[in-house]
Amino acid sequence: MRKSTKHSLVKEKNKMTNTYRYLPDTEQDKKEMLDFIGVSSIEDLFADIPAEVRLTEELNIPDAQSEPEVLKSFSKLAQKNINADQYPIFLGAGTYDHYIPSVVDHMISRSEFYTAYTPYQPEISQGELQAIFEFQSMVCELTGMDAANASMYDQFTALAEAASLAIGQTKRSKVLVSKSVHPESRQILTTVARGQNYGVGEIGLSVDVTDLEQLKAELNKDVAAVIVQYPNFFGSIEDLAAIKELAEANGSLLIVSSNPLALGLLQTPGKLGADIVVGDMQPLGIPMSFGGPHCGYFAVNKKYIRKIPGRIIGQTTDDNGNRGFVLTLQAREQHIRREKATSNICSNQALNALASSICMSALGKKGIREMAMQNIEKADYTAKSLQSKGFTVVNESAFFNEFVVELPRSVKEANAKLLEAGIIGGYDLGIDYGKENQMLVAVTEQRTKEEIDQFVGALEAVING
Amino acid sequence: MTNLLYSKDHEWVQQLEGNRVRIGISDYAQHSLGDIVFVENPEVDSEVKANEAVGSIESVKAVSDLITPVSGAVVSVNEELEDAPQSINEQPFDGGWIFEVELSDSEELKGLLSEEEYKAFISEGEE
Repeated sequence: MRKSTKHSLVKEKNKMTNTYRYLPDTEQDKKEMLDFIGVSSIEDLFADIPAEVRLTEELNIPDAQSEPEVLKSFSKLAQKNINADQYPIFLGAGTYDHYIPSVVDHMISRSEFYTAYTPYQPEISQGELQAIFEFQSMVCELTGMDAANASMYDQFTALAEAASLAIGQTKRSKVLVSKSVHPESRQILTTVARGQNYGVGEIGLSVDVTDLEQLKAELNKDVAAVIVQYPNFFGSIEDLAAIKELAEANGSLLIVSSNPLALGLLQTPGKLGADIVVGDMQPLGIPMSFGGPHCGYFAVNKKYIRKIPGRIIGQTTDDNGNRGFVLTLQAREQHIRREKATSNICSNQALNALASSICMSALGKKGIREMAMQNIEKADYTAKSLQSKGFTVVNESAFFNEFVVELPRSVKEANAKLLEAGIIGGYDLGIDYGKENQMLVAVTEQRTKEEIDQFVGALEAVING
Repeated sequence: MTNLLYSKDHEWVQQLEGNRVRIGISDYAQHSLGDIVFVENPEVDSEVKANEAVGSIESVKAVSDLITPVSGAVVSVNEELEDAPQSINEQPFDGGWIFEVELSDSEELKGLLSEEEYKAFISEGEE
């Protein structure tokens, strides 16, 4: 059988040509096409192109390779990449290297979950809807809020949506955002604000946290919301209670962007008076993947439940009294009152939200708390080790798993040297804050004591070298 | 109910003591909306301007703006509607009142319709 197939491929002219073995144009096909348009050869088709601009010699490219050869050469290329599985990584700034229980991948790889595009039909999607409902419930518990949506793209879009909600709710004209909020969040916010026609004012820093004096001075009746991050971009814990007091006295909402892992230990923003809490689930169950896709969350207190953008899953009972899950409330702004909606986002990040739900369930309440604790302790150990070697830690407030260290030379140079030593260094604050010598260092539970000591030693060598 | 004034947006206005008025939606309006499931009240102490949307009323059929027929400061809202929005269907003129305003300009009342005028206005619309 096999032999005859090969024979027919090579010998018969009306089968695929040898040169283009995956393209089904045979010599006969070509001849028929040429005959049809009345041209004698393919060469004739190029008659209109002047001879002097035509390539006359063979293209200088390597010969075709077989599939095993291609695989081999590409895997060689891939080995030139350095990744966080090989080198200890101290880079965070919004995307973190955390433990992901292996059950997460197994669960989300079930085709019922990963092939569904908009899995909202209650008749056929009870499993998915329940998973999203559990996600919402866990987000509410972590943030201390009353209601959460089915997820959003990432923390950046979620934060901009929160600002738009506040503008729609208060009918005021601007929001104030702290400079300690992730620079990319502020960029997205500025873009969205321009489209929706509201202002964005920035509040400066008092060392590593929001300058409350400036905030106080800038608050007026035009301000719809005050936006802060907790822990902030520098890892520091903002004084939410004090910020809430200022915002509330001015009739402005308090929007908090928060790392959900940190909330395993910190007092919840909900308890401290946040009106809207947003953030990114990446630290809980989602791989770094070069910075995305992530999964944003969006939670509010009860008062704003009908203003939440995106999808919300609700629990209900069917005709027979059985527990069931359905989309709820979403009809209001996005279908029958679109012109009044503060958002046109109707999507969520279902698969990543599921990954996060599974991760949180696998870790459990105790596990998340334990993980958060390890982050604090390891970051603290790293900071203290650096200080003992004479480095200055910039943070004056308590910090979570990130902090800023001042170097006597640029972070850019230091990171190049660290990479040579087999370590991925921290984030260069020269990029967004003009502080070329300040490195934002992230230390997660993944870093071992040996790796931390290696990092501190290498950084010391870089400075002395 | 006697002595009620009406707006063309189907709200009724009842004069209370001084410059205070109580506002709700007419029987015709509640009937047109169908079963009401949620009322978004204006904020107490907020300043409202006549003919502007200050909240919304959600029924099983639609979400409609709540338009204030008068200008002034919101002094009270019917908080019972949060748990029992159906009061608007059941008793649009009593338990189903929505909010109260301290008028900034009582002259505005002169621009509203009497009950007879409102009835005529509705039947005009239905023809």
